[in-house]
Amino acid sequence: MENFHTISILVTNEAGVLSRIVDLFSGRGYNIESLTVAPTIDKLYSRVTIVTGGDEAAIEQINKQLNRLVPVIKVADLNIKEALEREIALIKIQVKDEEKSDILRIAEATNAKIIDITDKTYILQAVGDEKQIQALIELVRPYSVKEFVRSGKVAISRNNQFTNLKNL
Amino acid sequence: MTNELYTGAEILLKSLVEEGVKEIFGYPGGVILTIYEALYNQNDIKHYLVRHEQAAVHAAEGYARTTGKCGVALVTSGPGATNTVTGIANAYYDGYPIVVFTGQVGLNQIGNDAFQEADVVGITRSCCKHNYLVKDVKDLQRIIKEAFHIATTGKPGPVVVDLPKDILTQKTAFNYPKTVKLAGYNPNYKGHPIQIGRALKMLSEAHRPVIISGGGVLTSGAYKELEKVANMLKIPVAHTLMGTGTFPSTNVLDLGMLGMHGSFWANYAVSHSDVIFALGTRFNDRITGCLQRFARDAHVIHVDIDPCSISKNVKADIPIVGDVKNVLVELISQYEKKPLNIYEEDKQKWLEQINEWKQKKAVPVHTSGKLSALTVIKTLYEATKEYNPIVCTEVGQHQMWTAQLFKFNEPRKFITSGGLGTMGFGFPAAMGACAAKPDTLVLNIAGDGSIQMNIQELATCVDYGFKVINCVIDNGYLGMVRQWQEKLFHKHYSQTKISHPDFVKLAEAYGALGIRVEHEDEIVPAIKRAIEAKSPVIIDFVTEECEMVYPWVLAGEPLTKVLLSNDC
Repeated sequence: MENFHTISILVTNEAGVLSRIVDLFSGRGYNIESLTVAPTIDKLYSRVTIVTGGDEAAIEQINKQLNRLVPVIKVADLNIKEALEREIALIKIQVKDEEKSDILRIAEATNAKIIDITDKTYILQAVGDEKQIQALIELVRPYSVKEFVRSGKVAISRNNQFTNLKNL
Repeated sequence: MTNELYTGAEILLKSLVEEGVKEIFGYPGGVILTIYEALYNQNDIKHYLVRHEQAAVHAAEGYARTTGKCGVALVTSGPGATNTVTGIANAYYDGYPIVVFTGQVGLNQIGNDAFQEADVVGITRSCCKHNYLVKDVKDLQRIIKEAFHIATTGKPGPVVVDLPKDILTQKTAFNYPKTVKLAGYNPNYKGHPIQIGRALKMLSEAHRPVIISGGGVLTSGAYKELEKVANMLKIPVAHTLMGTGTFPSTNVLDLGMLGMHGSFWANYAVSHSDVIFALGTRFNDRITGCLQRFARDAHVIHVDIDPCSISKNVKADIPIVGDVKNVLVELISQYEKKPLNIYEEDKQKWLEQINEWKQKKAVPVHTSGKLSALTVIKTLYEATKEYNPIVCTEVGQHQMWTAQLFKFNEPRKFITSGGLGTMGFGFPAAMGACAAKPDTLVLNIAGDGSIQMNIQELATCVDYGFKVINCVIDNGYLGMVRQWQEKLFHKHYSQTKISHPDFVKLAEAYGALGIRVEHEDEIVPAIKRAIEAKSPVIIDFVTEECEMVYPWVLAGEPLTKVLLSNDC
């Protein structure tokens, strides 16, 4: 059974770490559905969040292989039930005058924000889980979407087990 | 502590001394001239100049395999570095510790397509355990310390350190670190005692258990513990190619090698077992055959220090992450504290069944009047065993025949490229063995194809008095590929007939000894002459063209489908 998993990887913030992770995925034939990376609150470390698909055995291997990389400190396969996931989408829509109220209504109904307005375009910003973003996409699809930018997923576990960076 | 400043090149050598390195293999070039200048000014480290960078890395691996210590190679940037890739990948697959230092263009030139620039860290990333680009001379000693630590601990492997030219001339103080701090690298050596207890129970209660001994047994030095466990619980032992020498062939429980060219009975025993105790093996496809049909009735207990090896190919019922030796010591201690019923009668019946299978042997195929390769290799074994030689091989038919016909009663005597299957590995690896053990007889059993892949190293051997005896099984073909073509490609011998220069004249041209052997009665005298020679040797054994390696399980077939002769 192929399932999507959100894997959160704590790494040392050094040159080439992302290449090692990405090479591992391409070299071993695993897919990357989405990827985000940024430093943690302590700049010595970075957090990489990867959404990947595979059966149970493949996910187990991905976890183990990631752990084998020297700069990888911790790998967590985040269970959807125990984790919060968010992504962000920015949507530039060319709007005719008669469409403007529609777009505003869609924004209001989906908790999206209009973050830029010109004569001819609106830019919407939506933050939410995958389903919410997907719902917004379907709502704006009939309009003239000129640009669509979507981030990868970031995720955070709700449990109370922590990795203390100071002890590393 | 000292405030004296040293150049990066000097720090490199001082760090090597700190790591106990006495010998390195290398090849100079533009960006690492400062290191060669530093080498010139010291006497602690002996440098062997090879004739090709690939050979430097294989030699370092041969050195590591022979001694258990870390091998070291030093090469220049660009082509020097790219030539090492095969050697690095070879050490990675088989899990032997080497550190490879590559030169790099100056930091300010990196990325500008400078002369002899190559992205070494990028190129080697997927074929080494870890790699570094040194960006500050102050980091150099820490990086070297980490490199040796990573190479030699956990599942050992190659580490690459890329040294930009300007780092080598910049100066800093030398205070070699005593410890390493790597938050993301903590190999687990101690197996979980509860899991080990479960394994012990399962093994005791098993009716038809088999141990598979892999390269990890060799790395962890668990030979005595392995034999003790086998004797204690009455479990027969099959070994992988990399596990050759980990279990004495003189023990009645020895099944020999399993896998594609393993013995009939080892493959049958594993296939019909109810419990497999796998020690330090990756379950490579060459030992499992068709994975879906591999040992279908067996519960698998898998011990490996590398968690990735466990349940990658064969799903483990009892996974144990740890060093094989530690795990076996714990298992023995648990048993001795509280002996379990091992159902000796069942196990005896199982051994009797295996003994019946032992009657099924490969039937030699030998048609023309030419010398048989099997005869040559058997005679080589008989004629050299009193010297307890180190036996290296290249890759192909001769390699499998050597694995089948040589009997090893101790580890680190058989040096062969297992995972990567690198032709051209054996000869330079044999040089590394000679450097490590100058008083030991070193054979390199080769094919006429593979010996030509690094034949230039004859010059290195002559220079340094490495008395490698190259025994070339010369059948005029890339024999293993020819064998597959005969069976699977309608005898279309596409590009497998291969020529070679006159090996005797070639050896002489290099200043080595060349001997040609065409008849059976010449084999022993030739070996004697080779052993007595003061130089490296090539013995050209002109053999039958069409001999095949049996037993043979065709790729993708289950282990029970063992071919024993051409008639199968």
